[in-house]
Amino acid sequence: MMITNIEFVPGKQIVKHMGLVQGSSVRAKHVGRDIMAGLKNIFGGELKGYTELLQESRQEAVDRMIAQAEAAGANAVLNVRFSTSSIAAGAAELYAYGTAVVLE
Amino acid sequence: MLELIIFLVLLACGYIFGRHAEKKHYQSIIAREKQLNKLPAIACRTIPASEKAYDTNLVSGSVVISVDYFKQLIALLRNLVGGRVTSYETLVDRARRESILRMKEEAESQGAEMIFNIKLETSSIYKGRKNSIGSVEVLAYGTALIPR
Repeated sequence: MMITNIEFVPGKQIVKHMGLVQGSSVRAKHVGRDIMAGLKNIFGGELKGYTELLQESRQEAVDRMIAQAEAAGANAVLNVRFSTSSIAAGAAELYAYGTAVVLE
Repeated sequence: MLELIIFLVLLACGYIFGRHAEKKHYQSIIAREKQLNKLPAIACRTIPASEKAYDTNLVSGSVVISVDYFKQLIALLRNLVGGRVTSYETLVDRARRESILRMKEEAESQGAEMIFNIKLETSSIYKGRKNSIGSVEVLAYGTALIPR
């Protein structure tokens, strides 16, 4: 499975277009991390726990997108975009979407 | 009285540690930027014409950076009179440059020659929440060109 954010793949031709595939993941942090982040908010600096959390959930969103593309019979996802939003207090939604295609 | 003391201590902590953290972070950003200067990262959508054959790969880097107590107060005061909030500008600048650097580091570890079609995504995760944690997340992603 090839994942890329360009609209074509050099040297390969798109033989079939399978439409939009997407994956999302909503995560909340646990209390321990939140307390640490609250402390960090006084001193400033990177919130490593949150960086990790967001990377994990973004990976999950991508995995779900891949699963959907595989189910559709595609072998590549092109033009992938990421988006983040906060939907509820303390929870973040990570969303990944792209175009599933079959490459030669 | 006690509240005032706590407030002043927090403010001093924010000022001293926040300044120190920012200074150190900028030093590390500038040093790493120099090191990774040889790896061009552009926002162009198409691959520049070349005779070489390349493999492409999606690379990304992200970072969450928190504000400190002092900056929050400065921003609050700035809110009264309006204008540029310089204390937050440096925060976002740090987050952007750091995320691009992390993306470049990932690309370099895969032996890439260039990154193109870069997109940057900025969000504040705790928006609209009471006693919210002031932090900004930046994700940078792009396509790395790896010589075959």
